[in-house]
This record gives sequence, structure tokens and C-alpha cells, in this order.
Amino acid sequence: MSILGTRVVRTEDPVFLTRGATYTDDLTDERLTGALHLTLVRSPIAHATITSIDVDAAKDAPGVVAVFTGADCDLAPMLGFPAAHKAMLRPFLAVDRVRYVGEAVAAVLTEEAYQGEDAAELVDVDYEPLDVVVDMKEALKDEVLLFPEAGTNLVSGMHLNKEGRPEDFFADCEVVVSKEIVNQRVAAAPLETRAATAFWGEDGRCTLFLSTQNAQAARDEVAGWMGIEPSQLHVILPDVGGGFGAKIGADPEFALVGWLSKKVGRPVRWNESRSENMTGMVQGRGQVQTITIGGDRDGTVKAYSLEVVADAGAYPRLGVALPMFTRMMAPGTYDIPKVWSTASVVATNTTSTAAYRGAGRPEATQAIERAMDLFADAIDMDPAELRKRNVVRPEKFPFTTKGGAEYDTGEYAKAIDLALKAADYDGLRAEQKRRREAGDPLQLGIGVSSYVEITGGGAFVENATVQVHEDGTVTVLTGTSPHGQGHATAWAMLASEQLGIDVDKITVKHGDTDLIPKGAGTMGSRSLQTGGIAVHHAAIDLVELAKQRAADVLEANVEDLVVADGSVQVKGTGAAVSLAELAGREELKAFHEWDAKKPTFPFGAHVALVEVDVESGKATVERIWAVDDAGPILNPLIFDGQRHGGIAQGIAQAMLEEVMWDEEGQPLTGTFADYGIPSAAELPSFDLVTMETPTTINTLGYKGIGEAGTIGSCPAVHNAVIDAVSHLGVEHIDMPLTPMRVWAAISEAAK
Amino acid sequence: MIPVGFDYERPQTVDAAIALLAEHGDGATVLAGGHSLLPVMKLRLAAPEIVIDIGRLAELNYIRVDGDEVAIGAATRYRDLVISDVLAAECALLPAVARTVGDPQVRHRGTLGGAIAHADPAGDLPAAVLALDGTVVLRSPRGERKVPITEFYTGVFSSVKEPDELVVEIRVPRTGATGWAYEKFTRRSNDWAIVAVAVATMPDGATHLGLVNMGGTPLRASATEAALAEGKSIEEAAALAAEGTEPPTDSHGTPEYRNHLVTVLAKRALKTASA
Ligand SMILES: Cc1cc2nc3c(=O)[nH]c(=O)nc-3n(C[C@H](O)[C@H](O)[C@H](O)COP(=O)(O)OP(=O)(O)OC[C@H]3O[C@@H](n4cnc5c(N)ncnc54)[C@H](O)[C@@H]3O)c2cc1C
Repeated sequence: MSILGTRVVRTEDPVFLTRGATYTDDLTDERLTGALHLTLVRSPIAHATITSIDVDAAKDAPGVVAVFTGADCDLAPMLGFPAAHKAMLRPFLAVDRVRYVGEAVAAVLTEEAYQGEDAAELVDVDYEPLDVVVDMKEALKDEVLLFPEAGTNLVSGMHLNKEGRPEDFFADCEVVVSKEIVNQRVAAAPLETRAATAFWGEDGRCTLFLSTQNAQAARDEVAGWMGIEPSQLHVILPDVGGGFGAKIGADPEFALVGWLSKKVGRPVRWNESRSENMTGMVQGRGQVQTITIGGDRDGTVKAYSLEVVADAGAYPRLGVALPMFTRMMAPGTYDIPKVWSTASVVATNTTSTAAYRGAGRPEATQAIERAMDLFADAIDMDPAELRKRNVVRPEKFPFTTKGGAEYDTGEYAKAIDLALKAADYDGLRAEQKRRREAGDPLQLGIGVSSYVEITGGGAFVENATVQVHEDGTVTVLTGTSPHGQGHATAWAMLASEQLGIDVDKITVKHGDTDLIPKGAGTMGSRSLQTGGIAVHHAAIDLVELAKQRAADVLEANVEDLVVADGSVQVKGTGAAVSLAELAGREELKAFHEWDAKKPTFPFGAHVALVEVDVESGKATVERIWAVDDAGPILNPLIFDGQRHGGIAQGIAQAMLEEVMWDEEGQPLTGTFADYGIPSAAELPSFDLVTMETPTTINTLGYKGIGEAGTIGSCPAVHNAVIDAVSHLGVEHIDMPLTPMRVWAAISEAAK
Repeated sequence: MIPVGFDYERPQTVDAAIALLAEHGDGATVLAGGHSLLPVMKLRLAAPEIVIDIGRLAELNYIRVDGDEVAIGAATRYRDLVISDVLAAECALLPAVARTVGDPQVRHRGTLGGAIAHADPAGDLPAAVLALDGTVVLRSPRGERKVPITEFYTGVFSSVKEPDELVVEIRVPRTGATGWAYEKFTRRSNDWAIVAVAVATMPDGATHLGLVNMGGTPLRASATEAALAEGKSIEEAAALAAEGTEPPTDSHGTPEYRNHLVTVLAKRALKTASA
């Protein structure tokens, strides 16, 4: 029986759940003996010129070994995204200007961590405040400039649609609806905040322990910033406590840690506090979208336009790229004849943006799914029905969309039907009607979403090495980079399937650039369809190699050999030689680099049920039914775990989370008391419906599941809350759907 | 997230704690459950020179009937209020309110005296004790005094308590097992109240309402209480709950929203209390 598709319990969990993982800050490596602790002095002001920095008092404080400012730092300022405006450079320590609250201004090195905070308080920085711009649309006016030398706040014109929208774009539509909606800024807030630890060896190489989602990219990026060859940098990832996209690649602090260690000739450790993380770590989303949808009263959608303003924050990072995905996925699951989109990315006096679970695609889904509901409302058609009428039909795959994506496989209407059936959609609508007629203060809302997303869209190539040892154990090396996802189990299953060796004898290693020099890490739900498939092929290669070798040993034809239960056997006879024994004779190892060449497009449909207390405005998510189709399921336990976490994050964006600043650029959500991280109490139990449509781009048919739950749940819940109060005249409410916002919308509609 | 350095003392008696407070004056801060004090110290918004830990003083940890009142030691934890048989029978509002504070960890550390002394207008217990017309017992080297809670609070995080005074006891009337309600409105289960309304039925039959987060101090909904005393309906009375309040503005609510919310919550609490 195949191990693939079975609920193998995660082999990594016993350690996580008992003695705990070893995160960067937990390291006790003896090469770190005598390490100094880095405390960063961060700007309390959103936009200012620095007129002077006095570090004398700090230098005299107990335990202080050194204090550095921007003037002392010879690392060349970095451009955080290649296609960004070349003048939007970020110094590793601010020199004459700060552009957001939390920007690093000075570095204090102390013998003990606690001494750092005392000394940091003594660094005396004089700021001359400048005008602040937090609002994206204000920033686009270029009245307050973050980089006067750039002459504009427009970070990149790469997503601007040079051909304007045709005058007659909606001319053939009976009904046209338009709305400006906000996809708010959210924080990844991983349990493990950012951390880096560096030491330099006698060989002149720097070893850097990091909390990141991809060691190899981090190595290349940090080496570039430090001005050394990548070969001079050894990046090692201890356990990584969550990333959600915000730990893709490297942060400038990592290079600073390496540079400081060199400068003072001692190991240096840095582990940021939660408060620091809430302003220092890159954040996600942050778009203002103008959606316009047109079509006929019979439910045919004919034209859709999406105009995006995206927030880069103060310094460009990966967030600059993401509107590409938003534009590409603009039409969602629908076969819309005309689709037009454009996007501007703008700098503001806020924390930089980058990827966050879904990274550009959820923004597209939210927009089109709100548009579909607005259109359904305008033509008075059931929103589920409208969706089914307009989705891409199964016979049209592979389907090239007007967004420019090539959808591999999908059955969108079937997914919607499955979700509706699981939810007893008609029953819910009947109960909703009853409550409306009764004027119940607790109104029901039902939200539907149909979604498709891109997985493995960033990097298509990944490699794996599978080696059998003479004791019968196996090592798998992977260029992917688990930080909670369960690769140790999943990759072991893939190798076990070919080798017939138990998963508990298979160790998966990752995140060490000397051991695994190439790799693209874990992000964009890419790991299984790239790294997992590489393991699958490497294991097959190893089986072939073992057969070649066993043919000599067993004096048999290769064609007569099979590998089962960890040994090569001659079909029909008892003759066999174990893989372990073969490994004893000669190294038994296979490396495989797999190029998927394309991304895949998982899809699904969610139905959310919410209850809205119309007197107080409070909305509660009661149920969610989710169909998430990412092809065949390797391990249902892990698959459902990804959906649970994803759905929770989608619901949280709809209901609770928003990073906020006041007009002066002061963060209002710097702690978990203010920022709306959900707990189990805010979430319903999840009803998961299975559907498995394989992709054609890899032999096992796997697509990615990491982000699907977030992408499907957020619009379903958003739509549900608005649906609950739509009979009161409410058309739209921006996320998060706080009680005050819902109440205000109801009050406004009543006027 | 590391506090400024400080000295730490854990006196073995209340008298010793008071002596230490007197000795160190303004530089000293009392530590009870630490769940308000330690976060502000970690954020460096407070930097006491010496912390006097009263959290483990058995002398301050009790719940007992004393005449017409229930007397509760200042260092009694929320958790002990929640599970108290005495309170369940004699003043059931308090455990019901305590049950809504934070999460289990917070309730196992935070104390009633700490909550009262801290004077946070968003705190749950101050408004409940206010609804009950409770009394705060303070002790200092000058002796003991009893301050009605209606006269205790002077503003946000401030009260008539002198720096050298220790809250030693909270006294509430024996209002019994019924006639109460607590409507706490939050976004997440373990959040602070955006607004909350506590209703108590007093031994003389009067209905009192204590309001959380409707001004700089916990407040009573006096207009609602007066309307009820005049025999007005719950709906009519509850509609007056925002009168005389000055609710704050923050990301969870404008004053306008809080003024609305308090009437909804007052109506619901009054209905529950009278059911
Ligand atoms: C995550 C979290 C969630 C929370 N949620 C809520 C909530 O939902 N509702 C709510 O009401 N509270 C909440 N709190 C606060 C909690 O209730 C505190 O425990 C309480 O406000 C203070 O009690 P304490 O015993 O911890 O006091 P401490 O923090 O020890 O002290 C608070 C202040 O009171 C002073 N003090 C304490 N005891 C005395 C005394 N006997 N005499 C004189 N001065 C004294 C201290 O010097 C200090 O200034 C929360 C706290 C946390 C950390």
C-alpha cells in the first residue's frame, strides 16, 4: 500500500511540543561564546532630519563595548527591490533622515542583553520633524516627498498600464457598478520574531545563523550588502518559528549583525522584541483598489476593471513586486471577456511591505469577489448563481486568462456546488429570510467566494539529494525551507514511497548553505510542487542507481529487479540485497534538480456564515465550509493543518487585523493588546470538503495548499458580513469589519 | 522589553510592607499580580526604584462575610473570586465580572486590590465595585481609612490613595446570588472592554449601573438609575445610559459609538438582571 495520501503523524512535532525547538536566540554553539548583544536605537518619529547624534553617554554606560551610527557604517545603502526607483536607497543605519517609526538609527553592543536597552536610552538623537505622509493616495500627490532626490513617491511604474482603459470599455454593459475598497495593511507577527547571530572564523568566513524562509537567497542578499562573496558567507537556519512570507530573503539588520561582528572581532547576537517586530518587520497587503464591473441583467459579466494603489512603505522591498500578481489574478475564476488593470506603488512614512500569506493574490480575489457581490446585488441575482454562470468552464482548460495567466486545471463550478451543498445553502438562505422578516437583532449573513490562486509562482526550480547510509537510515537534503509546514514528514513520505524505508529512518535536512548550496526556500506555497517533486525524482534516481549496482551483486538483469522494503529484490526469487549494504560498498546517493517550468493554480470555494448583532454592530463568524482543491493530497493531516491556519488568517484579516498609524505616522498597533491577532475563541470550527483535481505540470499532480485557505476565507467572510446587513441598505464596508464600522454603516444607510 | 533596573523587596507582613512604602516614598511601587505594572515597566513607561511585592501576603488573601458586607483582601486573585462559594451566594456579580478579565493566566495572577488601585477606566472590577457602592480600605503609617468607592477615583489612573497608602481590603454589600448582570463588549474574547455595563440590585432594591470605559474614571449611569427609580421601563431608562459620560476615542470606538453602545448594553444587562 502506498504511504502517499495517508495521515502520517508529523515527525517534527514531539520536539516542538516537548522540549521546544531551537531558535536562533536559543543557540548554545560554543563558537558564540562571549557574543555581544545588539540593541538598535530606533526612530520614534516618522519623518525627520537628524541634526545630531550624541553617543558619548551611551558609550560610558555599563557593559557597553561599542556604539555605531550611520556615520560609522561603511556598508553602501541598499536598494530593497531591483525595479524600485534608484534614489530610494536605504542606509543600514539612518544617516541624515528617518522615514518611518522604527527605523534603525544607532547600534549599541553590550556584554549582556539587558544592558543594551539601558544604553540605547542614552543615545541622544536630535530630530527635526518633517511633514509626514501615511495615506497612499495623499502620497501619490507628491506633496510630501520621502526621497526629495527622487522627486516623486512613485516607487515603480512597472505595473502601470501604459494603454489607458478604452473609453467604451463598459459601453456594452446594461449595468455598471464601481467602488473604492481598501485591502488593509496586516502584520505577519510570527511567534519567533526576527533574529540573527554572526561570528567570523579563522578562515575569514562569516557564519550567520538566521531566522528566514530561504537560506540561500539570504546568503546571496546579505553577502551583496556586506560586499563579500557569497562563498565567504555560511548561512545556517536553526528552527524557524513561522514566517508567513515576512521572512522571505534577508533583512538589512542581518548584514548589520555580520558587519558589526567583523568590526568588533566578536560574535554578535540580535533578537528583536515584539514591539520592535511590530514596526520593524515587513508587513503585508496595503492596497486601495477601485473596482468597476459591468454586465447584463441576465447575469453575464462582460467587463472588469481594477485600479490599484499599493503601499511600499518607507523603503521599497518585495511589496513593490506584488501588484504583478494582483493584476495577473484580477479576473479570478471568471471567464470575463474584457479585463483591464493598472497599479501604482507608492512610498509612505510607514513600515516597508513585502509578502504575507498569499502575497498579491488575495488582494485580487478580494477585489473580484467583492465586485461579484456588488454586481449580484445590482441585478438582484443570487451571488452563488452569478458566480456559477461566469466561471471558466472545465472544457476550456488549460485556460489563458485576460490577466495573462495560464490556468492549468480547474472545475470551479463544481467547487462552488460542493461548498453550497455542504453548507445547505438554501437552508441558510431560508433561515436568513426568517430572521429578516422577524426583525431579529441577530441577523444572518451568508458569503460565497470562488477563488483560484498561483502556487510555485516565484521560483520553478528546486533540488533534492537522497542518500542511503550503511546503517539503513536515509538523509534527504532539500533546498526548501520548512518553518512549521511539516516538510520533515512530507519529504520522508515521498522518499519512503520509493525506497520502502520507514519514515522514522529518514532525516530531512535544510537551511545550511554549505551543505545545500542551491535552493529557493519555502514561500508562495511552492515547496511540494517543486522541492517535494525533486525529492520524488531523486528517490527514483537513487532506486535506478541501486538497481544498477545490485544487478552486479545479484548477477541479475536490471529489468528483473524491484526495490521494496529497503532492498533490491530479484522478481520471483528470494534473492535480494539491502540498500544499506549497497551503501556500505559505495556511496549511494542521488541528486535531482527539478524544473517545474510553470506555476500551478489551486482553486476552491468557501461559504461563510456570520451572525451580526445589528444593535451593536458586532459580527461573529459562525461556520465556514471550505473546498480547497490543490490536487492529490500527500498527507491529509498536514494538508488540513495548512487549511486551518490559512482560514484563520483570512478570517482574521476580514474581522480583526489592521496595522494602523495616526496622521503623524505613530504606530497605533504596536502590541498584541492593540493588534487583532485572533485566538481560537474568535474562530468557528472549520468544515473542510475534499476535492482533488491534479495539475498536469508534475507527475504526482500536486499543487500548493499553503495560502489557499487565506485566499478563500477572507472574501467569503467579508461578503457574509455585508450580506447580513445588505437588506438595511449597506453596500460595502471595508475590512476589518469592526463592530464600530458595521454599526456606522448601518446607521449611515438608515439616514 | 526589559525594564530599567530596580530593587525588589518581599515583606512578610502588611506592616512591613507599609513601613517599606513609607521609607522609600515616591520611588517605591507596590507589586501585586503585576499584570498592569510589569507591562508598563517593560515598555519603560514606569521605572520604579524599588518594587514591594505584596502578592503572596496571606494576610491580604481572603474572602469573608463581615456583618452586612463581604470583605475581600486586596491580594485576592481574580481566580479566587471566580471560584468563591461565599461570593456566589453573597455577591455573585463580582465573580461574574472577574471571569471576563483577560485569560486564565491573567486571572491567576491579577488581584482585586491591584485592579482597584490601578484605576484604569477600562478595567472591569472598578466599575463593578462602583455599581455595588463598595468601600476601599487603605492603610498607611497614619492608620487605616475607609473610602467609599464613589469618592475614590479622581481621573485616569488616579485616585485619592496617597503614595504611602496600601489598599488592604475591598468591602461590598451582600447583594446575594441574583439580580445582577455584566455585559462586556469586546472584539476578542480576551480583550479589554470597549464598553461594559455592570448591573447590581442593592439590598434596598435599588438598581445600580456601573460603566466601564465611558470616561476618565468608572462611572455610574445616574440618569438611568433615576429613571428606573421613577418606574420608567428598561428601554426608556437604558436610553439614558450615556448621559453625563465622556467616553474616550480610540481605534475601537468614537465617543459617538460608545454612547450608542452603552445604551444597548445597559438595556441587555437590565433585562438579564431582572429576569
Ligand atoms: C493580557 C492581559 C489582559 C488583561 N485583560 C484585562 C481585562 O480584560 N480587564 C481588566 O480589567 N484588566 C485586564 N488586565 C489587567 C489585569 O486585570 C491586572 O491584573 C489588573 O489591572 C491589576 O492587578 P494586578 O494585581 O496585576 O496589579 P499590579 O499590576 O501588580 O499593580 C497595578 C498597579 O496597582 C498598584 N497596586 C497593586 N496592588 C496594590 C495595593 N494593594 N495597594 C496599593 N497599590 C496597589 C501597583 O503599584 C500598580 O501601580 C489584563 C492584563 C493583561 C496582562
